[in-house]
Amino acid sequence: MENIKLYHSVRLDKNRCKGCTNCLKHCPTEAIRVRGGRAHIIDERCIDCGECIRICDYHAKVAVTDDISVIHGFKYAIALPAPSLYGQFKNLRSIGPVLEALKKIGFDDVFEVARGADIVSRAIREKLREPGLPRPLISSACPAVVRLIQVRFPDLIPHIVDVRQPMEVAAMIARHEFCKKNNCQPEDVGVFFITPCPAKMTAIRNPLGQQKSAVDGAISMMEIYGLLRPHVSALQNQSIPSEATYYGIRWAAGSGEASAVCPDNSLAVDGIQNVIRVLEEIENNRLNDLTFFEGSACLCGCVGGPLAFENNYVSKRAIRKLSNTASKVHPADDVPASLMTKYPLYFDKPIEPNSVMKLDDNLVVAMQKMERMNKILEDLPGYDCGSCGSPTCRTFAEDIVRGYFAELDCIHKLREKLKVMAQQMVELAQTKDEE
Amino acid sequence: MSAFIHAEYPVETADYTRAGEASADIKRKLKQLGVPSLVLRRVAVASYEVELNLVIHSLGGVLTLEVDEKGVSLTSQDIGPGIPDISMAMREGYSTANEEARSLGFGAGMGLPNMKRNADEFEIESEVGKGTRISMRFALG
Repeated sequence: MENIKLYHSVRLDKNRCKGCTNCLKHCPTEAIRVRGGRAHIIDERCIDCGECIRICDYHAKVAVTDDISVIHGFKYAIALPAPSLYGQFKNLRSIGPVLEALKKIGFDDVFEVARGADIVSRAIREKLREPGLPRPLISSACPAVVRLIQVRFPDLIPHIVDVRQPMEVAAMIARHEFCKKNNCQPEDVGVFFITPCPAKMTAIRNPLGQQKSAVDGAISMMEIYGLLRPHVSALQNQSIPSEATYYGIRWAAGSGEASAVCPDNSLAVDGIQNVIRVLEEIENNRLNDLTFFEGSACLCGCVGGPLAFENNYVSKRAIRKLSNTASKVHPADDVPASLMTKYPLYFDKPIEPNSVMKLDDNLVVAMQKMERMNKILEDLPGYDCGSCGSPTCRTFAEDIVRGYFAELDCIHKLREKLKVMAQQMVELAQTKDEE
Repeated sequence: MSAFIHAEYPVETADYTRAGEASADIKRKLKQLGVPSLVLRRVAVASYEVELNLVIHSLGGVLTLEVDEKGVSLTSQDIGPGIPDISMAMREGYSTANEEARSLGFGAGMGLPNMKRNADEFEIESEVGKGTRISMRFALG
């Protein structure tokens, strides 16, 4: 149980890590420390956003996903392409060739996650009409943002909309329909998400708002891109049908969800630091006139995922162009009402706060620790240089209080001490001379 | 030593670039202390409002956070100009915010009412020419 809880797709490749401080500074939950010349990820804090993967010049941070060979572990395999996959191919005229190419590389069937997004769009739209829910409601689509809220904004958990992710909805329908059509058992069918990010991989192993994921694994977009490319080129000019709407496809590139569920009064923000700034505002009740908030950890949304191949702005443009080739009927009218009750579309498990930022479970002890922390902090230089292995002087003080670190590890404090010692030595030497 | 957190945040008049920093730090501290979400949220709203009030209306002042086992206290003490009619100031929608503040979207006249609504105890005293003191208390447990 605990092992499953701490599963992370984002890992460190110790052999590549130089022990520099780049990742320290960019982690939104201050989950990385450098120790003994190597980075370490604090499991309880990591939200699998992949910021460290992007920033590391030595490629020492990696996202662990399933190898494509996992599909052979099942009698049948279904691919669930995230719509961001379509954005990886420049000059594509429609999405059909990508769906067909997935079958060419070994999948028995394909179900568009963008179709799942259409269904989720309709479910969220209905949710927005329910009275008594806090404002704004916050999207649950980006697992890194949901985990960010668990760690840094636990008081905003009631704002998270309790509708499952498009990937999950797509997986349920894909498996059910495949079994019906081919007269086979659900356990014979493996359903695999083609992922642009590690956060989705983690969300499969350690689901958010769900007891169990309907997805069997995640295959990196980066890995599959090379295999698909020749097939996509060969199929380029064929007219192959697809089902997702303009709206579902646009979920891939920031603000797609917001404009599908609430075009008039929503806010969509991409990039984890930008999301944090807006969550602060929501926390201060500065945005309670807003109906819906969509936050994506990656710039440009899912097309900006660490496992995407193409430049995020280029693929965002590709997504916009491709979406225009799809049906423009709004999901509220396009998704049949019968689908809305046929599958469980809502959470069956609450999102719990992650209390890792707490100094102690006991308030009195926590206050004592904070007192000590402030005293230590007063004495530190405030350069936030990261040499000690903690991202800032404040975190360093926190780490000492938490018992992660010994006090003397500050290189600047050590220098000061050496200076004093050197001075004393000179003085000592001079006294001898005088004698 | 009895556990007790005391932090002071000087707030300058019309310093809109730093506005919100004190309340952001207060939130961070309360999260580290493990203050329950529902209380935290109310303190977050009230501390932001009281900080912004110092920026918008006062000639400068100090925001003080105190935490003990029983609750969280927020106190704002400024050096003027003071409020001539407190009951008027407490009314929803009433604001004396200047053009600059209004141009930045402030001055909806909800600051003091929001503080009162979110705090368990709310006190305001003011003397024209001297200053205003606002004390709020949020009970824990």
